[in-house]
Amino acid sequence: MDRLDGVFRALADGSRRKLLDRLHQANGQTLSELCAGLDMTRQAVTKHLNVLESATLVVTIWRGREKLHYLNPMPIHEIADRWIGKFERHRVRALSDLKKRLEGDRNE
Amino acid sequence: MSKAQFVYVTYIASTVEAVFNALTDPEMTKNYWGRHHNASDWKVGSRWEHRDYVDSSKVDIVGTVVENDPPKRLVVTWVQPSQEGNPAKASRVTYEVDTMGPLVKLTVTHADLEPGSEMEQSVSFGWPIVISSLKTLLETGNPMAGMTKRWGDAA
Repeated sequence: MDRLDGVFRALADGSRRKLLDRLHQANGQTLSELCAGLDMTRQAVTKHLNVLESATLVVTIWRGREKLHYLNPMPIHEIADRWIGKFERHRVRALSDLKKRLEGDRNE
Repeated sequence: MSKAQFVYVTYIASTVEAVFNALTDPEMTKNYWGRHHNASDWKVGSRWEHRDYVDSSKVDIVGTVVENDPPKRLVVTWVQPSQEGNPAKASRVTYEVDTMGPLVKLTVTHADLEPGSEMEQSVSFGWPIVISSLKTLLETGNPMAGMTKRWGDAA
């Protein structure tokens, strides 16, 4: 099985993408921080985080007694590498920056 | 205890020794890290330099070796040469190399970056490229196409 299957499966869910968005905004959050303001139960968030973690899209680090969740961009980078040429990357980035600016940084 | 801003985890079909060597051997770093030597004797307290391999007077990042436990763990500080005297500007990079079944798990953690700084932006763009280039080099024996050029030349 393609190792990326797990990554795509993890990404194929709006709630999980929302969690990644929140880590992208503020990396290294505890479960409680991640749950705050979300329309999901703590159990649901935990379940989604487990799926993200097994796809290595999220990694956790202990800081004292706090478990912090981080967005790991490496799997997404590998996806991009697979279909975006090395020399196109800067141009794609410039276009995506332009799109973000014009759209006022909406995520959807 | 400081909080890391960025954590990168990747799995490499290699050995811990080869991965650790690739992080500390300047002849290896030049092949996957934008044509730069990462040079040091890697003794705790020693200086390390991230320098252009053609023009070795051109040093882009410097720092001090904080911990070195080969082939498992390397911790260095990370600062622009012009700000070397200012501890507030120094960030910290931790490399951890673990065996994970047939693979090697490489974790790179970057902490103590100044929020919103240019350095924070450029490392968040650069690390995934450097790490996946390292993975490609170790797994295939060849560097990634774009990474045989110097930083900036690829644009």
